[in-house]
Amino acid sequence: MNWIYEPWPWYVAGPMITFIMLLLLMVGKNFGMSSNLRTLCTICGAGNTADFFKFDWKSQKWNLVVVLGAIIGGFIGSHFLSLDSAVVLHPNTISELKALGFESAGTAYLPTEMFGMSALLDVKNVLLLAIGGLLVGFGARYAGGCTSGHAISGLSNLQGPSLIAVIGFFIGGLTMIYLIFPILF
Amino acid sequence: MRTIIYLFIGIIFGITMFKSEAASWFRIYEMFRFESFHMYGIIGSSVFLGVVLIQLIKRFQIKSFFGEKINFVPKQKSFQRYLFGGIIFGLGWALAGACPGPMFTLVGVGYVPILVVIAASVVGTFLYGVLKDRLPH
Repeated sequence: MNWIYEPWPWYVAGPMITFIMLLLLMVGKNFGMSSNLRTLCTICGAGNTADFFKFDWKSQKWNLVVVLGAIIGGFIGSHFLSLDSAVVLHPNTISELKALGFESAGTAYLPTEMFGMSALLDVKNVLLLAIGGLLVGFGARYAGGCTSGHAISGLSNLQGPSLIAVIGFFIGGLTMIYLIFPILF
Repeated sequence: MRTIIYLFIGIIFGITMFKSEAASWFRIYEMFRFESFHMYGIIGSSVFLGVVLIQLIKRFQIKSFFGEKINFVPKQKSFQRYLFGGIIFGLGWALAGACPGPMFTLVGVGYVPILVVIAASVVGTFLYGVLKDRLPH
């Protein structure tokens, strides 16, 4: 039973994600996580500012329950199903990250430089986290979906627009890592 | 009853995101450097199986557990919104290292700073809603 504590290989994780998408289809819903961000805007009263947020958010309650589950799943996965959650990375990735100042590469699940408690006192870091989140929220809604809605659901349904979006994800990601990271870190 | 099902689906999703390390900032960075097959294997195998299953559902007109027809909403035809929106999302995905599913999973793991990312992504969604009509779609 020790395998359960190990990180799941891709050939377990990939089919699991398909299974999750299938379960949602079989209960009459669609797999898409970023729509929850719009629902949260509506709950906060954004409908008073923009028509985009004027919809009956209760119709999306099911997806918020999925989010609650995803939070609980993170707790279960890390507290009961893992002994050492350090992510084993390619040696080149580690040396590249150390050169950028990420000393925690290879010894942690997330970089402690960005996600440790003391990182909250680092103004520049908090700013970077906020900019990252802002871009994710804005971009996901502009593109009409994120990794789950486009890369998994959309591509599985052979949607051309989703392929364009996924190509966009990579143009953006590569630009960030190769051109902007050297300036930021 | 249905609520329990949604919660259950979410829990499996959260466990999968954490245990597959798809919720790890490091894995996203490694993916964009093309130094590991891991993330490509996850997305690739998931899409491959997904294509097969959705074709089967359509061909055999499989009904949902509740006997309803399964609807697939086709994406609106456009180019600009997907490319521009996708690029903006990709920039944020690489920087924050989390997309809208895993960012919630990380709350459950106990990383407090991820709340900054979540709050900002709600603000980003709000900004899109405000600027929507002025953007090329």
